[in-house]
Amino acid sequence: MASSFDRIADIIAENSEVARENILPDSHVINDLGIDSLDFLDIVFAIDKAFGIKVPVEAWTQEVNAGTAPAEQYFVMKNLAARIDELVAAKGG
Amino acid sequence: MRLEYFQMIDRVASLQGEAITVESTIPDASPVFEGHFPGYPLMPGVLLVETMAQASGWLLLKLMDFSRMPFLMGVKEAKFRSFVGPGTAVTVHAERLHDGSGYAVTKARIEAGGKRICDAELTLRIMDFPAPELAAAMKQRGQELGLA
Repeated sequence: MASSFDRIADIIAENSEVARENILPDSHVINDLGIDSLDFLDIVFAIDKAFGIKVPVEAWTQEVNAGTAPAEQYFVMKNLAARIDELVAAKGG
Repeated sequence: MRLEYFQMIDRVASLQGEAITVESTIPDASPVFEGHFPGYPLMPGVLLVETMAQASGWLLLKLMDFSRMPFLMGVKEAKFRSFVGPGTAVTVHAERLHDGSGYAVTKARIEAGGKRICDAELTLRIMDFPAPELAAAMKQRGQELGLA
């Protein structure tokens, strides 16, 4: 099976105008790829379905806005993939 | 329906699990029909989308016990299959397909006389009520509809 990074990158490419080859492990989803909030929710919906999880976007956003977590922790591709892996592991997948 | 007030839902027919069925009647007369269209009044497609969004919204409000507010943010796969005009009684079905973090996805359709009028997949952003007046108004209308 493809890695979480590859699966997420494929989802982003399918749900935005970003070319797949431009999505790299160090790409920031918002700053580098230019994904806006509406496209990001479409992407999150696709990730939720693909991985059978509920990505806690609201909690992540609140943490970033409150300054208790750096945005890179959630929105840089390699870290996003790691967070998804953690969510999948937490649900027993 | 009161088109000019964007009050698209008349009553709730059923609420089961994560699905709602509501009923409404398109008014016999409205300024909307003077422009859409002269001599051939039709319910505008955008108002049919609004009607599906409101059915979805009431469903989500009920499922969240009126604690937060859904706002329409995306419409996918909208298909308008039949014309519908003044005085028509319609039935609107909506079900929640996905309960996400800060958003929900619903599938909705409108029927009239057993015939499919339109359908769409809707994405709604779920937010805290931005104004207490809105929370109160939604709860009051929800009570009138038997939801709150």
